[in-house]
Amino acid sequence: MSNSNNFFTRFRELPVDGMTKTIIVAVSLCLVCSMVVSFAAVNLKNIQEINKAVDKQKNILQVAGVYYEGIDVKKTFLSFEPVVVDLNKGKFTNKFDPITFDDKAAAQDPELSISLKDDPASIGRRTNFATVYLLKKEDGSLDKIILPIHGYGLWSTLYGFIALEKNGNDIFGLQFYQHAETPGLGAEVDNPKWKAQWKGKKLNNDNGELMITVAKTQKNKEYHIDALAGATLTSNGVDNLVKFWMGDSGFKKFLKNLQNGAA
Amino acid sequence: MAQTRKQLLTDPLVDNNPITLQVLGICSALAVTSSLNVAFVMSLAVIAVCGFSSLFISFLRHYIPNSIRIIVQMVIIASLVILVDQIIKAYAYEISKTLSVFVGLIITNCIVMGRAEAFAMKNKPFDSFIDGVGNGLGYSLLLMCVGVIRELFGSGSLFGVMIFEPVSNGGWYVPNGLLLLPPSAFFIIGFIIWGVRTWKKSQVEARDYKIQTLEEH
Repeated sequence: MSNSNNFFTRFRELPVDGMTKTIIVAVSLCLVCSMVVSFAAVNLKNIQEINKAVDKQKNILQVAGVYYEGIDVKKTFLSFEPVVVDLNKGKFTNKFDPITFDDKAAAQDPELSISLKDDPASIGRRTNFATVYLLKKEDGSLDKIILPIHGYGLWSTLYGFIALEKNGNDIFGLQFYQHAETPGLGAEVDNPKWKAQWKGKKLNNDNGELMITVAKTQKNKEYHIDALAGATLTSNGVDNLVKFWMGDSGFKKFLKNLQNGAA
Repeated sequence: MAQTRKQLLTDPLVDNNPITLQVLGICSALAVTSSLNVAFVMSLAVIAVCGFSSLFISFLRHYIPNSIRIIVQMVIIASLVILVDQIIKAYAYEISKTLSVFVGLIITNCIVMGRAEAFAMKNKPFDSFIDGVGNGLGYSLLLMCVGVIRELFGSGSLFGVMIFEPVSNGGWYVPNGLLLLPPSAFFIIGFIIWGVRTWKKSQVEARDYKIQTLEEH
């Protein structure tokens, strides 16, 4: 009889509840299971990351109004130019590669972000650098500006994009790609009819004051978005986060510079 | 063998349904039934995990030391759940976003653990596999029933296809918002259990105690 057979026969004959067998079973089971799990995780990682990237690109296409069912997301996305913006200076920066730069990670990094004292959107820290997407026309001129926004609603942080016309003041659309608001109430931020209201509204008045508001009562039609019925806190959250990101601590400086050609 | 293989598969559907009779696995049934697409993927995940965990545990049943058997079962179940979670993330990304933590929580689903402990530890691998799949199916059946009610009356659609045009899109149907919230699944599951037990009297549990009346006193 060979050695390995010997080992197995001896192993089989060990009492099931004995210490030796317990340890052997526990260790080998853990080894096998950990191998299976890590094999799956390593092999599927690529596909998962592509999924994540495509999902983000799809949301950018949707907010820019060029998405339709069955579109080739990757190919269409080539007409968008990702650029990293320095929010403090309001200018483009080439310090980072816009393809790999991660806004969310930067917001956690004390060197790349600031802790907010005045924090209406309840985000804690704001990144100093944000990736924006410029949709170019075929002749290369600017068509739309897509800016990332996020802030706290009722239950969760809402992550989304706002698309602006090339004048940097007219809203083209708004869309959240990640949130956990109440289904049927706060989650109506995804309702196409509600989102359609944003189109054509203006951010600032002629004096450059930020006017856009999400509210129940309408003061000025040009800057007013009707709040969601039954979702006051989510609506307030959206109001705060749009005001924050479109305001002085957000993209206002950048949008101004972009118009003056100083970005 | 008291039960045939066919019975192992079909018994858990109604006669021995893990949710309506044993009242197990309620928490995930509340969370994933607001839309049928999500409930369907969750069902597949539970069927797969329940079937294969029973299979593997049954293969190992003579080698599992009694003192660590629960841990061994958990390790096997947990590995399978992670595997399923990774596969869903890779091939059904949209749905994995809505399922979020609930696939991971299959690990703590008492149905899977219950079948491992009650059946797979004592029976042959293939029978255990069938039993696991059967119980997964029983769970799925109830999930789908609850899902149909919640999605149809909560958002006016089935599998995301519009059936009743809701008012918010210019139709006539005023959706019942309560049905989209988890508590509504409690009512629905409660009504289903009531219905099943009225139909099948044998499922009614014996009272633990009897209320004493004045006369008897």
